[in-house]
Amino acid sequence: MKKLLLALASTAAVIGFASAAAAQEKAKVCFVYVGSKTDGGWTQAHDIGRLELEKALGDKIETQFLESVPEGPDAERAIERLARSGCGLIFTTSFGFMDATIKIAQKFPDVKFEHATGYKTAPNVATYNSRFYEGRYIQGVIAAKMSEKGVAGYIASFPIPEVVMGINSFVIGARSINPDFKIKVVWANTWFDPGKEADAAKALVDQGVDILTQHTDTTAPMQVAAERGIKAFGQASDMIAAGPKTQLTAIVDTWGAYYIKRTQAFLDGKWETTSSWDGLKDGILTMAPYTNMPDDVKKLAEDTEAKIKSGELKPFTGPLKKQDGSEWLAAGASSDDGTLLGMNFYVEGVDDQLPK
Amino acid sequence: MRIELEKRAKISTLFSILSPFIAFLLMIVFGGIMFALLGKNPVTALYSFFVEPLSEVWSLHELAIKAAPLILIAVGLSVCFRSNNWNIGAEGQFIMGAIAGSILPVVFYDWQSPLVLPLMMLMGMLGGALFAAIPAFLKAHMNTNEILTSLMLVYVAQLFLDWLVRGPWRNPGGMNFPETRTFAANAILPEMIASGRTHWGFAFAIIAAILVWFMMRYTLKGFEISVLGQSERAGRFAGFSSRRMIWFSMLLSGALAGLAGISEVSGAIQQLRPVISPGYGFTAIIVAFLGRLNPLGIIAAGLVLALTYLGGEAAQLSLGVSDKVTRVFQGLLLFFVLSCDTLIHYRIRLVWYRFTASDLDGSR
Repeated sequence: MKKLLLALASTAAVIGFASAAAAQEKAKVCFVYVGSKTDGGWTQAHDIGRLELEKALGDKIETQFLESVPEGPDAERAIERLARSGCGLIFTTSFGFMDATIKIAQKFPDVKFEHATGYKTAPNVATYNSRFYEGRYIQGVIAAKMSEKGVAGYIASFPIPEVVMGINSFVIGARSINPDFKIKVVWANTWFDPGKEADAAKALVDQGVDILTQHTDTTAPMQVAAERGIKAFGQASDMIAAGPKTQLTAIVDTWGAYYIKRTQAFLDGKWETTSSWDGLKDGILTMAPYTNMPDDVKKLAEDTEAKIKSGELKPFTGPLKKQDGSEWLAAGASSDDGTLLGMNFYVEGVDDQLPK
Repeated sequence: MRIELEKRAKISTLFSILSPFIAFLLMIVFGGIMFALLGKNPVTALYSFFVEPLSEVWSLHELAIKAAPLILIAVGLSVCFRSNNWNIGAEGQFIMGAIAGSILPVVFYDWQSPLVLPLMMLMGMLGGALFAAIPAFLKAHMNTNEILTSLMLVYVAQLFLDWLVRGPWRNPGGMNFPETRTFAANAILPEMIASGRTHWGFAFAIIAAILVWFMMRYTLKGFEISVLGQSERAGRFAGFSSRRMIWFSMLLSGALAGLAGISEVSGAIQQLRPVISPGYGFTAIIVAFLGRLNPLGIIAAGLVLALTYLGGEAAQLSLGVSDKVTRVFQGLLLFFVLSCDTLIHYRIRLVWYRFTASDLDGSR
């Protein structure tokens, strides 16, 4: 009996030792979140990506994250803390972490960094982004078909190129169906504030829009749309739970594939800095099921999605005019990425002044 | 049964001094219970929250960076609170100081001179003081409640900053993003010690604390502040003007909050953004009370509150608990400080009495 116990104990010890050693060798992949990981929108989508990464490569890596990290000097400290705690690859998932990421990356040349939606890179800093505007184009097409008044409301966050690009793409999509389509824009000046977003939604509905779309992170606008009996689009995560009879579709950020791809490259020692800007065809964004619409609209939406995926359709293709009526793109010409990434003007059909 | 708070005839000096320590201890105990309920080992959890951040040099630097604005603001607030002027708007004065101080590096970015940095600091103080002058004027001459006016002005300052960085001061080379150009090297507050990021803002905080401590303890002005705070009438008999005191205390605390603002921007952020403070101006109120409204106590209290910020991050990483833990600890601390203080000043008395006929006919 004693011998048996001894044998068991030593086996346990060996196993324990072995697993401890394995844990030691696991690479650490870390994430910095700007919001709470249960925000139902932007940060939650990143966290789902992290969990997918753990599922796919969990035997080789472990993940850690810091949530609700404010942009600014606190971000610098949070990123430094992760770099010091042995993270080999760090994803910083908000635009506002850009300068902090670059600064810390200079201090830790052996650590690799990936910054979401920014434009500054370094030998150990890559950037990644998603062509959200492709999804917005499809939304615009659906909106033009579904709206009776031909006016949609757009709850926007900040007048940065990313957001302006989305507004334009939505309008271009809608005008491909209904050349008189218009949108009204409300600037909420926040990414995440259920109260403000709901107020913006109510203001838009009161102005007579019958479709809502948003570039903010909470489900509040969806709930307002549901209360007022109009249709809406979800943002960043599938928001169907907030509006089972309201959501037409949602742009769902599916970062997991990218996180797995880059972490694999990191593990293989093949990680290099890039500026990645993938779209629908790469699976970095997907459309939530097309719901609450007639079959012909659904068919049209699916066809549009397929055309964007195949490259047959590029949302920013002429003839397109700017808001003031001046020529932007001639017929058949497509915008280059540089113009899109610095976009600071509206196209025709936006009923709003771009804040200067 | 009723619970009554009965004023104590004599307030124990010993316990007045001990109260922050008791509060801290209670916070540790209840924090430990909270961690245990979350299924974490309370000892390791508390270790990673309160000790781990102190075990590394870089992290001590971060502590100093975080504590500097808290101390600087709280020192100014202590003068206000002691003189019975309730300036709740330090957050706004912080922001306006940062804006005023940033005029040189943002608008006159071409001007390279060793004078830039000292001028920035002075303008920062001026900006904070002028913004505090609004509630001071309203209180001194219109008899307005300064708690409301100073608090409301915080939102004015926040929105003004927001407008500036999105509009006139937006970085022309910044792709339309809401931030100003980054400061040139001569507009950046240098690091104090080579081993880390601590900038001169921390030195300002310590110097300000010592100066104000000296003023409160050894000068007539300090005496005036205490007398007017304790009894305005008594102060009047002594020939002190409570109106002048409103101006003095509000301007002083505004200037210090403004200095904290420009130090933070110039030392740590190096540009203006839509949000430059995670609520330093409000957290500093906790710091001021935890430090017994004594500038030297405030230095210690500022470091403790800064530690709760860092500890929250450390606990997130090593334990996987939510970042909200930081807020819970700050809340516990304030709650226990205030309740200890209440119990020092009052005793709890349970009053038992039987209903009598006089209760019923309402003559009681």
